[in-house]
Amino acid sequence: MSKVGWIRLAVIVLAIGLLEVCCRTKLINPKVVIPPSEMADALVQMLISGQVNGQIARTFGIVLLAAAISIVAGFAIGVVIHAIPRVRQALDPFFATYYAVPIFIFYPVMIVIFGLSIMPIVLMGVATAVVAMIIATLNGLDRIPRVLTKVARVHRMGTVSTALRLKLPAAAPHLFTGVKLVVSYAFIGVIASEFILAPAGLGRVIADAYSDFNNRRMYAMMLLLVIVATAVNMLLHVFDQRWAERRGIGKS
Amino acid sequence: MTADAQAQQIHASLKGVTRVYPGAAGNKPVHALGPVDLDLRRGEFFAVVGPSGCGKSTLLEVLAGLQPASAGTVMFEDRSVSGEVPDGIGVVFQEDASFPWLTVWDNAAFGLRRSGVDDAEIRRRVDDALAFMGLKDFARAYPSQLSGGMRQRVCIARTLVLQPRLILLDEPFGALDAQTRLLMGDEVLRLWRRTGATVLLITHALDEAAMLSDRIGAMSARPGRFLDVVVTGWPRERDSKIVSEAAFGEITGRLWDNLRGESMKSLGYAGMAAE
Repeated sequence: MSKVGWIRLAVIVLAIGLLEVCCRTKLINPKVVIPPSEMADALVQMLISGQVNGQIARTFGIVLLAAAISIVAGFAIGVVIHAIPRVRQALDPFFATYYAVPIFIFYPVMIVIFGLSIMPIVLMGVATAVVAMIIATLNGLDRIPRVLTKVARVHRMGTVSTALRLKLPAAAPHLFTGVKLVVSYAFIGVIASEFILAPAGLGRVIADAYSDFNNRRMYAMMLLLVIVATAVNMLLHVFDQRWAERRGIGKS
Repeated sequence: MTADAQAQQIHASLKGVTRVYPGAAGNKPVHALGPVDLDLRRGEFFAVVGPSGCGKSTLLEVLAGLQPASAGTVMFEDRSVSGEVPDGIGVVFQEDASFPWLTVWDNAAFGLRRSGVDDAEIRRRVDDALAFMGLKDFARAYPSQLSGGMRQRVCIARTLVLQPRLILLDEPFGALDAQTRLLMGDEVLRLWRRTGATVLLITHALDEAAMLSDRIGAMSARPGRFLDVVVTGWPRERDSKIVSEAAFGEITGRLWDNLRGESMKSLGYAGMAAE
């Protein structure tokens, strides 16, 4: 691990240690926040008992599905919009202000249309994430050097071959940034939707535990979400970093 | 030499070629080039110099088949060029056109892999081209790990492996410093001698044109036409040392006499140009 990595780890360990000490010495009321060691213990117990495994599978499955739909649809929509400049001009202000609108206000509408199935949650995840992928696709396509199109013509490459062998790899770093954002937004969209209204899922488990004053259960589930979301993002970040270094984009 | 023999010596030609870009959104059409006549002789090194925006790169792209001519005919090896880049033409652009996601070796092999050449032949040609361009030790490196000059050599190697008979160089050293440009000029001369290809070099640098070329076409301000064609008379075996010869100064002087007024015109100094 690099020096920066060690420093990063030390900061996390220190923060957790500080919270532990504060909870144990009652500087922080343990009825409000339980010590991290208890959170971890509760999480392990819950995982071993298997009582929430179905909810975990459901939530992460929905996140995965929402992310996959957002990546595919966002990329396809981005490509189409990029090809039609007038449409893009018309939609640009919409994209610029999209995340200023609280998307969750549409959740009741989705319930009315789709009922209490997983569909509204998937769609909320997609609605939260897809625009990030569209914007990343537009950025990536904008930044393909024009000279590559000329190189393609010198090599007598067709449209599909040019797109797959030159344009896609050239735009890939921006597309990958979109993928990273999609994963984060899909987590937020799905968990928040479950938290508000859904009948099941990790968000629901946390909300119920909160209502029942069941701190051990609530913090255990929160810890699980933090661990998974951070691990997935770290993985994507490491992959992106290695790729960027290889392509000479440098460390971020 | 008979007329037939002379015709055989013509490798590529432009006859009465013009290029007019349609005006966008109610603007007037832009007459960028011509009419231009040019005969490139087989195996010669021809440079085109001219003021900024005179249509030098347009001329190259029309000859390569990357742009259509608005009028006139473009021929390469007795065949009309239109719509697509003919087999046998290689182009090196001013911009860095290396593929950052591929290693130097894979960059060089890109065109060969597309054209269905067998693996052993690809290995032989790519290794040979990288050795020739001094990139053998960087075969596994990525373009981002190389200098600008080396990246341009990667692009030249990618062109070289395809064994083009006509090599078009569009200001390939434009982004490089003066010393590197001189050394790259030597590389291009070596390449030209070894391949026997016809070379057309577009450049804004008079010294570069004077050092490298057998003939130099000086173009007017837009719409670009040839004002003069200077024959340098250099021997085929030459390198950057010729910049210290007296004839070198005479050639660049003659080119500048042709271009000074045109450059001023292109920059909008119409009054000064008339003096």
